[in-house]
Amino acid sequence: MSTTAPYTTIIGLEVHVQLMTRTKLFCGCSTKFGGAPNTQVCPTCLGLPGSLPVMNRRAFDLALRAALALECTIAPFTKWDRKNYFYPDLPKGYQISQFDLPFSSDGFLEVVDPKGAFEPCRVGIVRVHLEEDAGKSMHDEAAGTRDSRIDLNRAGTPLCEIVTQPDLRSPQDARAWLNELKLLLVYLGVSDCNMQEGSLRVDANVNLHIPQADGRVAKTPIVEIKNMNSFRSVERALTYEAARQWEDWQATKAEMGKTPKQTRGWDDPAGITRAQRHKEESSDYRYFPEPDLVPVTVSQQQIASLRGEMPEPPVSLRKTLAAKWNIPAYDADVLVNQGRDLVDYFEDLATRVGEGKVASNWMQQDVLRILNETNGTVSEFTVRPEGLADLIGRVKKGDFDTSRAREIFAEMVTSGRPVDTVVAGMGIAAVSDDDVIALCRELLAANPKIVADVKSGKEQAAAGLIGQAKKKNANVNPGKVRAVCIDLIRGME
Amino acid sequence: MSTSPQTLTSKDVAKVGLLSRLALSEADLERMTGELSKIVGFVSMLGELDTADVAPLAHPLDTQNVFRDDVPVASLSTPEALQSAPRHDGSCFLVPAVLGDSGAA
Amino acid sequence: MQPLEMSAVDLVAALRQGDITAVESATVFLDRIEATNGSINAFLAVDREGALARAADIDARRKAGKPVGPLAGLPVALKDVLCTSDMPTTCASKMLEGFRPPYDADVVARLRRADAVFLGKTNMDEFAMGGSNENSAFGPVRNPWDLSRTPGGSSGGSAACVAGDMAPVAIGSDTGGSIRQPAGLCGITGLKPTYGRVSRRGLIAFASSLDQIGPMARSAADCALIMETIAGHDPGDSTSLAVDVPRYTDLLDKPLAGVRIGRVPEHFAAGLDPEVAKGVEEAFAVLMAAGATVHDVQLPHAKYGIPTYYLVAPCEASSNLARYDGAHYGHRCKDPGQRTAGHTGGFESPLVEMYCRSRAEGFGPEVKRRIMLGTYALSAGYYEAYYAKALRVRRLIRQDYLDAFQTVDLIGGPVSATPAFKLGEKTDDPLAMYLVDLYTVGTNLAGVGGISFPCGFTKSGLPIGFQLQAPPLAEPLLLQAADRFQRLTDWHRRRPQAVGVVKT
Repeated sequence: MSTTAPYTTIIGLEVHVQLMTRTKLFCGCSTKFGGAPNTQVCPTCLGLPGSLPVMNRRAFDLALRAALALECTIAPFTKWDRKNYFYPDLPKGYQISQFDLPFSSDGFLEVVDPKGAFEPCRVGIVRVHLEEDAGKSMHDEAAGTRDSRIDLNRAGTPLCEIVTQPDLRSPQDARAWLNELKLLLVYLGVSDCNMQEGSLRVDANVNLHIPQADGRVAKTPIVEIKNMNSFRSVERALTYEAARQWEDWQATKAEMGKTPKQTRGWDDPAGITRAQRHKEESSDYRYFPEPDLVPVTVSQQQIASLRGEMPEPPVSLRKTLAAKWNIPAYDADVLVNQGRDLVDYFEDLATRVGEGKVASNWMQQDVLRILNETNGTVSEFTVRPEGLADLIGRVKKGDFDTSRAREIFAEMVTSGRPVDTVVAGMGIAAVSDDDVIALCRELLAANPKIVADVKSGKEQAAAGLIGQAKKKNANVNPGKVRAVCIDLIRGME
Repeated sequence: MSTSPQTLTSKDVAKVGLLSRLALSEADLERMTGELSKIVGFVSMLGELDTADVAPLAHPLDTQNVFRDDVPVASLSTPEALQSAPRHDGSCFLVPAVLGDSGAA
Repeated sequence: MQPLEMSAVDLVAALRQGDITAVESATVFLDRIEATNGSINAFLAVDREGALARAADIDARRKAGKPVGPLAGLPVALKDVLCTSDMPTTCASKMLEGFRPPYDADVVARLRRADAVFLGKTNMDEFAMGGSNENSAFGPVRNPWDLSRTPGGSSGGSAACVAGDMAPVAIGSDTGGSIRQPAGLCGITGLKPTYGRVSRRGLIAFASSLDQIGPMARSAADCALIMETIAGHDPGDSTSLAVDVPRYTDLLDKPLAGVRIGRVPEHFAAGLDPEVAKGVEEAFAVLMAAGATVHDVQLPHAKYGIPTYYLVAPCEASSNLARYDGAHYGHRCKDPGQRTAGHTGGFESPLVEMYCRSRAEGFGPEVKRRIMLGTYALSAGYYEAYYAKALRVRRLIRQDYLDAFQTVDLIGGPVSATPAFKLGEKTDDPLAMYLVDLYTVGTNLAGVGGISFPCGFTKSGLPIGFQLQAPPLAEPLLLQAADRFQRLTDWHRRRPQAVGVVKT
């Protein structure tokens, strides 16, 4: 943080992720996204009279996995509690959650930018707990009806709630940290963290710390921001809110503690936060132990066994890759950030090519580029590691230069065919040295001006011959043409 | 820890009524205030006991770790799910419009 | 012998032997219900058509030599707190009037598989809250022994229908005594199993950590028969015990020699009706004559049972009944929103109005009282002083039982301080009504099992009940002791004259 900034922004996040289980937390209904309303419901998740919950073991294991990766302490004994409130998307009139004995607490997740755009930011995790999701309430303003429509498909979906310490110091940090959290949870197979589908939701708490002339630090009231639908919205909302609080501070000098915590909703199209109605009794949830569920114990053996079967998380995978393949931290970061599938592809490629950096370059400059252009995934990518390795090997041998290789690669991607077939189809053949010399002689004869330039010391002028050379014979290696031309010119007197 | 018998005011009772989502007439409020005060006074006798070293007993069982496998089970059909709904549109439950933010703070 | 006079055990045997068909048997009881329910009001719903169809199917299968269940053809009445997919399930509340669940309770499914024939759903105190069955939204139940008196509650309908010979067995539920106390006031036998012995799935919850389902019949032997079908682990109930079910009927015939029965001196304090005290002491004498020994035991925290129960139960109930809000099922008020519009000091939104008016209209006064009490006791600032405090005292009460069971095998005593009381006698004072559970709440708080059965009659002909309580999972011993008592006495064979019952 710059010493000249008048305030420090203090940010904490509350993240809810839906766990990637096949069924809900307390019943066997499917958790698939996008089903027709009220087709994935049963007496338990509908909250019908007499219904009872039974805990999904896989949900608990995935939650444990997330907590372990977030370096949390796992409670040896944990229990469930009822959070009581009335809302139509909550059919039982209470949510089964965890209150005073969550299954994990006191962890952290660090985010580092290898380009140094921001300082490494280690964010403490207060707790990670497991709870059930509510259903969906839909209100169609345009239809003009006075009804809301309630779909309970989502009710009962397992959620992990992750609460951070207020350790973030800028909206950029927050966004980067969320990206890192998402990457981690996707790597672990815990959640697909898709904000568009609602499998990841974020609320933020933000206030300002303003150093005073007398050495005291004034703190503005904490504001909770809701309704941010993307990481970009989170960054924008926090940026707006920090500025708004600064304005407010200058106008009112209102400090934390004198007013209750405010909730504001982010309005993305308008680009502002708006105060929400303060509901007086809404926060008395009357938590008490859930009598329909028994407590859960977690042993050290269980934890060790879960650690053993956990996929390698990004933070250590970056280091592993860099060391194993002798590639820079930046490269490892880019590769890891694309996900496990891409890392697997890279490692397969690097093994075949026998060299990390070359493989990494091809991944970044070519594979990723094409994937981004086509919005494709690496698992569906037509060229498999063996095909690309083949191509790279040929480049190494000097069969073609890099730009030629790119053309071949593009054709391989489109056609799905291997190198040899593509090369033959494109009429590519190796050009003999004699043919290159002959061709260069032709070019020099046709380009007296360029010859004169080169002779007078401007070697870069030779570049003008390359385009012509390729027109005459697409298979020539431009580098070779250039070198031979210059040699020939030098040989002339 | 002692608990002195609580007398509830009608303001207390009105607050509890809202938390419980029960509409109470003035007469209800008055009657309930009397009844609840009496009952609360009665149950406050538990304050006589010293339970500082006694852990709460939420379950009469000693069971722990009851789970089920992550295996899908047939859901109800939509008509079954909606069969007792006071109002529905064939696909969703209908309730008076829910505007603004969710119920949970 | 007439089906109306037969024990369930004998009736099942007769059905098996072909002495009577399932249709004949069902018809007798259905006719009896038709003749007497008007004055008793034990049944809220009678499924004549369904019962006869079921009975006919069982008869056909038996005739064709196909396998039938162990209770094939036995008529059973179900307390209307149990979900039945083919009969309404109302909990005797306007909130669920006409409600039909899309699924069966686990117990109902088990009884169906055993080929029991369901006669209908019995009346009860609304949402199981009460001790006299006067809290029903569909009229009180009358005690067949004296129609001006209550049958007890909350399983008053189940108790009355067995006592009145409208069904050989009924299923009830017990949260603070709701099987045992009405059994005691109606002169029948009722068992509350150890918590977790019978699945609660499909039992409409009142207080989840206290509720249990159990049989009500004319004898311990009949209760044992039903227990074999309804007890057992249910993976759909996390609080269900994964323990094998003993063959209760095989274990019945055991002498009482060496069994130590505790007697709690505090039970015989001032409030106990003298005739009841006498009946209870005579019961101890019978058990001693049968070979048991009686020892004084202490349950030092027994007097805190009622206040503890009347915190734990309403707190859990306030949460369990939050789902009855008019949104997804049950009663919804008309035109929510009409009082909100332009009405100052009214509801903050049409949605809140819907909740508040639907629940006010759907619930009776006792249910509302307990919801309010529970909400208050759980609310911010009061949790530690009330709910948490009650849970700590609960542990003390449970420890009392565990300590007592170090020196005795059973604890005996009264099940109710008085015989059946008059309708309207206690309805003005909620606290007076709460005290009818004095002898029974401890069992539920501790999670142990208890049985009550008749041990005598007052001069005016009202049944006197005796209760035995046992350590966890000691149902075999409870049933053996009650059965042994019933081999030596015939209180359980007496039938009320009030409704013109067939004399034995």
